[in-house]
Amino acid sequence: MKITLAGEKKEYEEGLTVAGLIALQQVETPEYVTVSVNDKFIQGGTFAETVLEDGDVVEFLYFMGGGR
Amino acid sequence: MAFTDAQLERYSRHILLSEVGVKGQKKLQSAKVLIIGAGGLGAPAALYLAAAGVGTIGIADADAVDLSNLQRQVIHATPDVGKAKVISAKETMEAINPDVTVNACRMFVNAGNVMDLISGYDFIIDGTDNFPAKFLINDACVLGKKPFSHAGIIRFKGQLTTYVPGQGPCYRCVFKQPPPPDAVPTCRQAGVIGAVGGVIGSLQAMEAVKYILSKGDLLTGFLLTYDALKMDFRKIKLPLDKSCAVCGEHPAILAPFDYEQAVCDLNGH
Ligand SMILES: [Zn+2]
Repeated sequence: MKITLAGEKKEYEEGLTVAGLIALQQVETPEYVTVSVNDKFIQGGTFAETVLEDGDVVEFLYFMGGGR
Repeated sequence: MAFTDAQLERYSRHILLSEVGVKGQKKLQSAKVLIIGAGGLGAPAALYLAAAGVGTIGIADADAVDLSNLQRQVIHATPDVGKAKVISAKETMEAINPDVTVNACRMFVNAGNVMDLISGYDFIIDGTDNFPAKFLINDACVLGKKPFSHAGIIRFKGQLTTYVPGQGPCYRCVFKQPPPPDAVPTCRQAGVIGAVGGVIGSLQAMEAVKYILSKGDLLTGFLLTYDALKMDFRKIKLPLDKSCAVCGEHPAILAPFDYEQAVCDLNGH
């Protein structure tokens, strides 16, 4: 199935969950990433049970704390 | 009051623009913008807003200029090391443009003073460097119905969004609460390229100018991310969270409050 992550469409295995995608991407601080799928936020505790589907558009939003 | 010949000349490149003109320049002159944090983001934002002729600029920061600041905080110069950042910033802004009234507020912004601090301003720029401050400013601006620009920078990356009351999600819609102290690296620990602050801080100033002029589209409902190494800008749509603790339908946060500050960040003060 094809999923668009951060604007890039790629092929992924069927049954991939949000948690699985986070693991695949080797996110620096996976416990603090905010995820939206098709312009809806995924609740923090539900990444492991949220199964992605063909055509989903996924965004990872990261904390960025610096500024001074 | 009509502009003097010197002012007409100073702002001539603005006045030439159909979106600005003399009318828009007057709006800038009567506008009041508060910048919280006179650092990597606040410095470029303050320089551009002062040069643009924003009539009143508030700048809040508790720190003194440190040698390690000068790599990115372009409003301060080498002779300013040791001086209060807000004084150094005020002097630079007034030297660029004597039309501007600068309110220098040497203070730590906290739950006890933030509502009072933001109350007199039309637009707020968050140029702080830590999550407790970013959440505090978000909550205060939502509760006080103030538009503001949120931004963060680290390493070669930056991001920003604009909140306008009633027009889109707030910072807390996206990030529910600060990560635990020290869980996510800050610039002090991870480093940052100075020009990243220049890019993002200038965009914050741009959002303030557009808001004041009521021209163009703001970043409300979007997070603009910048990756300098990939030379990539992305505009990511931000959903509204109706259950948001501060701007949602049944808010749990009814007054600003302080989160615990990361130990590594406190050490630098
Ligand atoms: Zn919100």
